[in-house]
Amino acid sequence: MAAKKDSKDSGIDVTELLELITKLQNLELHDFQLEAKNLELRVDGGVASIPGFKLPSAIPTKPAALLQQTFTSPIENYSSSIAEVKLGATKSEGGTRGRSITIGGEKAPAFYTFESPVIHKPVVTLDVFDMEVPLSKAVKMHVKEVMGDPAAWAKLAVEKFGADMVTIHLISIDPLLKDASAKSTLTTIENVMQAVDVPLVIGGCGDPEKDTALFEEVSKAFPGERFLLSSFTRDMNLENIAKLAKENNHAVLSFTPMDLNMARELNRKLYDYLGKEDIVMDLSTAALGYGLDYAFTNMERARLSGLLGDGELAHPMSSGTTNAWAAREAWLKMEDKWEPRELRGPLWEVTTALTLLLSGVDMFMMIHPAAVKTLKDVINNLSSGKKADPSKYVDWVSAKI
Amino acid sequence: MSQKAAKKELSPIDIYKLLPKTNCKECGQENCMAFATKIVAREVDIDQCKPLQKPENAKNFKILHEMLKPPVKEVIIGVGDKARKVGGKLVMYRHEFTYFNPTAIAVDVTDEMTEAEIVSRIKSTENFSYEYIGNTLKLDMIAVRSTSGDADKFKNCLKKVSETTNLPLILCALNPSVLEAGIMVIPKARPLLYAATLTNWKDLAELALMYNCPLVASAPNDLNGLVTLVKTLQAYGIQDLVLDPGTFFNDGLADTLNNFTMLRRAATKAGDELAGFPLLGLPLTIWANKGDLADDLVKWREAYTAGMLITRFADIIILHSTDGWVQLPNVILRQNIYTDPRKPVAVAAGLKEFGTPNENSPVFFTSNFALTYYTVASDLESSKINAYLIIVDAEGSAIDSGVAGRKLTAEKVADAIKATGIENKVKHRKIIIPGKASRISGEIEELSGWQVLVGPRDSSEIAKYLIDKWQP
Repeated sequence: MAAKKDSKDSGIDVTELLELITKLQNLELHDFQLEAKNLELRVDGGVASIPGFKLPSAIPTKPAALLQQTFTSPIENYSSSIAEVKLGATKSEGGTRGRSITIGGEKAPAFYTFESPVIHKPVVTLDVFDMEVPLSKAVKMHVKEVMGDPAAWAKLAVEKFGADMVTIHLISIDPLLKDASAKSTLTTIENVMQAVDVPLVIGGCGDPEKDTALFEEVSKAFPGERFLLSSFTRDMNLENIAKLAKENNHAVLSFTPMDLNMARELNRKLYDYLGKEDIVMDLSTAALGYGLDYAFTNMERARLSGLLGDGELAHPMSSGTTNAWAAREAWLKMEDKWEPRELRGPLWEVTTALTLLLSGVDMFMMIHPAAVKTLKDVINNLSSGKKADPSKYVDWVSAKI
Repeated sequence: MSQKAAKKELSPIDIYKLLPKTNCKECGQENCMAFATKIVAREVDIDQCKPLQKPENAKNFKILHEMLKPPVKEVIIGVGDKARKVGGKLVMYRHEFTYFNPTAIAVDVTDEMTEAEIVSRIKSTENFSYEYIGNTLKLDMIAVRSTSGDADKFKNCLKKVSETTNLPLILCALNPSVLEAGIMVIPKARPLLYAATLTNWKDLAELALMYNCPLVASAPNDLNGLVTLVKTLQAYGIQDLVLDPGTFFNDGLADTLNNFTMLRRAATKAGDELAGFPLLGLPLTIWANKGDLADDLVKWREAYTAGMLITRFADIIILHSTDGWVQLPNVILRQNIYTDPRKPVAVAAGLKEFGTPNENSPVFFTSNFALTYYTVASDLESSKINAYLIIVDAEGSAIDSGVAGRKLTAEKVADAIKATGIENKVKHRKIIIPGKASRISGEIEELSGWQVLVGPRDSSEIAKYLIDKWQP
């Protein structure tokens, strides 16, 4: 556009002129060293005022060949590593699970595999609810057959959706829902244990009193299973449940609302009863678009601090990634240009998950099978130890796509 | 520790010492110390100090510029109103300061697309717009690829593109003479040129110099090659570079993230100037290798790879998919990652209506902390409740920490009830307060004269709460 305007002003078609100069320049370039003086003369003599044309400065110093340089990989030394927490116990370990899973142990920030290989791959535990719950359409279509039947749901999660673990959310005990007794959940847990042999997360309803009762019952009823009890919070009376968890060989999830000082404080309280190897922490997950930046930075800071010697934060991290569906963009029917929500929704969950994966999360509580599949694919790719092969790099510039 | 690594710890005094100390207020600040404080917070630019530009201060001006230079160079692509800055990063992690210049998102067109297709892709890019917490989220650039390898076709394509849009451009062609044919259509538009490689670097360097364009140095998965290129191109006289370490999928994904991470760390932590340039991520390369994958699956992979690159330091990304469902999560992710973590994000205090409330509708209050507010708002909206929500200025803190830290007090709630004029909108005098603010319920009743109902601790339970408890 600018060239056109200029060409009117000066009566010259600048574009044509530039083309001409280029052709000349290309000719000269073949014998560049020899002709440098001539080139300068020619340039000075005619076209220095052409718009967009800049005089090559410092011609004599232009390198004629590549100046070789080696990249120094910036490796850091970390004084600590993240605690390892084992979940699920096999027969020989005193439980009934088909296998146990260890998370944590990392010696470098998430997937900085130029510093340390991945020690334990992050895992996915799928949400199963012990009663019917309202779910987004994009999620419901995959689980509606098993709603209300936690054992069948767990089986589907493991066998079809590839879950490493299952979280059984015992929300029926919620005083605002069914207000069922803590004892009544034991049958549900038993049924899920029969249906799948993966390690289990036992999820409460969020009411401190009911959850306290729940963890007491569950710890005693299933000694040695190495469940992850989700979750222990600052407003609970911790002493009894923490002691029971330890005595019966369960791990606990220490949950705080996006505040690292609170997380340290809660972990310190738990150290009175539990070892480092018994605590996973949940620093709160906010959805993409609804505070993910806080969650991401909190977790990134916690992981870096943990590696640099802050033992109170050197615990594996869990994320309630299903919270991604709290974002209205995940579930809402929107204008056509943003549809289909059947893809947008799970992409919301997976984008939330991947962002937090890169901050250091070791365990993801998720719900949508496509999001789970993608996250697991990425984790496998990032942990494979395989290299990029530049010889197979496709020419994307001229690719007809 | 290099000088650069220590940059974020600059104190206002470090800056003040080098200022003219005239307290002339020409910069708009009260005095030189205030200006220095804003400089350190990166809220004003050193060029706003007029006396500093006098010849006698030239030396200090130069020192200050050097001190304040970000470890990742800021590069400008395009000209005029739509010119876009990329890079300019001061830190590796956002919590160390904040990130500047959000990842620029480009969409591609090619010289073998029909004119109609080119125009439609450009228009959909230009018209992309999403309102989010008071911000309009947009896309930034057009990448023009030569798939034909034909100079005339590329030239014609550029003519059409430049007629259609003022967005900054990325010109992509492997053959330097094709690339040049394109540049000549827009000789002053300062497009980003893709790309100087270990084989064509000399020709590309000449083009970049001649047309004063920023230039991509590209060496897929070869960081030695990449810094070799940077060193050579700098010696050639090119200052504005962008680095492409390659975007690989599957087996190559780990190296891709490693390369981005190592380059950014080398620049910000080790003061490696050869690594100190904006980084280019290429999620669209998945399309060139899609095999039998269905298009929606390719889009899915492109979308989540873009997200990972935004999180892991990419300053520019090029996408092929224009679908809203692909772009939306990424523009929102970018907004999240580039939000200034130094500032508590707050929304304006006041009264908000949800649905179509009447004189019998419930009245709630919440804090002005953006995260709290949007969570409550989203819960009210999703359960289609007709209600009034009073947003109390709690200095941007959440309910529980606000109550604990005396930032959310009964006085403030009582004042807000008065100030919002809610008393003229409802007949009843009942306010439902967050469960986490139950400690101040008595005080609120006393000060406001309203009956206080303690609501649920989490706003997700509001709908249920209303069914069980609400009676106007």
